[in-house]
Amino acid sequence: MQMLEARNLKVKYGKAEVLADITFSLSEGETLMLIGPNGAGKSTLLRTLNGTIQLTEGEVSINGKPLASYSRHEIAKRIAVVAQENETKFPITVRDFILAGRFASGTSFGWDSGSDISAAAAAIMECELEGFEDRLMNELSGGERQRVVLARAIATGARILLLDEPTANLDLAHQASMFRLVRKKCRDHRYSAVVITHDINLAAEFADRIMLLTEGSQYAIGTPAEVLLEASILEIFEMQVILDNNPVSGNVRVTSVY
Amino acid sequence: MLAAGLAVSLVLAAAFGSESLSFTGLSDEQRAILFDIRIPRVLLAACVGASLAAAGAGLQSLLRNPLAEPYLLGVSNGAALGTMLAFTFFETVEWSRPILAFAGAGAATIAVYRMARGRAGMSVERLVLSGVIVTTFLSSVIVMLTSLLDAAKLRSFTFWLLGDLSQSTLSGAYLAFAVAVLGTVVLSSQARALNLMMIGERDAFDLGVEVGRVRLIVFVAVAAMVGSTVAASGSVGYVGLIVPHLVRLGAGSDNRGVIPFSALAGASFVVIADLGARTIIAPRELPVGAITALIGAPLFIYLLRKS
Repeated sequence: MQMLEARNLKVKYGKAEVLADITFSLSEGETLMLIGPNGAGKSTLLRTLNGTIQLTEGEVSINGKPLASYSRHEIAKRIAVVAQENETKFPITVRDFILAGRFASGTSFGWDSGSDISAAAAAIMECELEGFEDRLMNELSGGERQRVVLARAIATGARILLLDEPTANLDLAHQASMFRLVRKKCRDHRYSAVVITHDINLAAEFADRIMLLTEGSQYAIGTPAEVLLEASILEIFEMQVILDNNPVSGNVRVTSVY
Repeated sequence: MLAAGLAVSLVLAAAFGSESLSFTGLSDEQRAILFDIRIPRVLLAACVGASLAAAGAGLQSLLRNPLAEPYLLGVSNGAALGTMLAFTFFETVEWSRPILAFAGAGAATIAVYRMARGRAGMSVERLVLSGVIVTTFLSSVIVMLTSLLDAAKLRSFTFWLLGDLSQSTLSGAYLAFAVAVLGTVVLSSQARALNLMMIGERDAFDLGVEVGRVRLIVFVAVAAMVGSTVAASGSVGYVGLIVPHLVRLGAGSDNRGVIPFSALAGASFVVIADLGARTIIAPRELPVGAITALIGAPLFIYLLRKS
């Protein structure tokens, strides 16, 4: 069952074509990772999937229905975004920040219901944020804030996760635990995820499929072994690499030649 | 607790004034003062305070800017200009004042918002700068208009511009009341969405807020609230700035509490300020806007230094 389908997506700003003819589908339980050089259009593509950026041509469908037919509310119940978090000017606690994720499921005025509070508590536990609930967001480090953003996305209950460089500020251990958590949600709870990352090896470890993007175009899409080829990486990243296999997992391992 | 505070300040304000009155044993003349003049005036003060404070709370959340306030952003001046035009050109049409005040407030709001929205989004500094530009521009237009008036009108207008609760008509007061109540309810209905907008517009959008619709609702409500209060009582400043900040200090940033509490606290604030305006140099009066500014500006400097 295709959770998300993208057909011939095109985004143009005036004469500049930022995304050209992207087509792919995402099944239940699948993790798709977007890889490409800076400016390739990864964030733009991600943002078309939940309607933040308008498509010039093409269509995105969720569960078979076009994205445009859903209201903002309904989209937010199905798709959650984890992006770089901006600094908040007003003081807000971690708990309230995560509870904000329940907006789409709640009534317009109501105080937070029991299910809201338990969803938030479950998300806090899954993201290993116990003890952080009463702390203010602007007291936390960049990495800690990223984890709170992920917890909020999980608290929404949406089963399609869009993550834009979620591990940018995280240390090694938390990078691993974040990707493990995304994989667990996909495998055990039938979520789907589209993840932008610069870490090719993490992608090789955790992705079911990888899409290579360059200059707004889809260069290749397939399993890590199919897509991560020395020649492709050289052409797209202009970087010489050696490929072998990770001694622990057996997955493709990319080593840059400096 | 705030409601009790409001009730107390209302009673106090009704009792004191250029003539002290008790509630029993009144002469006919004293009864006339109490019921025909003072109580309506006190109620109007409450409505003005409620509207301005709630509007300020709404704007600060929507624009993610702790310095957003109808007065500072030029919305009050827009309403004042509208009222002046109504007064000068449509003096006999009673509803022209609030309608043109609303139009002026709305136009100023749109102007500031458009100006503040650069390519990279809207920063705190950009918004404040746009507010300063719109405020000063409108001030100059107002000054130009006042120079066309004769001396007597000029004096009463200048006084009114700084916030004068003594000139209101009964219909103006009714309108201010209706708008204060309705406006606070409308803004409170958007409280959850505004909480999310305070985190960030993009975050709010991702989480399901119809950002454009919320913005429109808040702008219309604010324009109505500021328009009706300025049409009734001139430009009372700093209420929308100070009161929400104080409420947040006590009750946190959740708009579901901040907006209604600001309305209550704002009402008390202006009632007390107007009490001061009526009694400090009795039997003469000070403009209530001068009192709120005299209290508000130092208080705000203090709040700035604390944060």
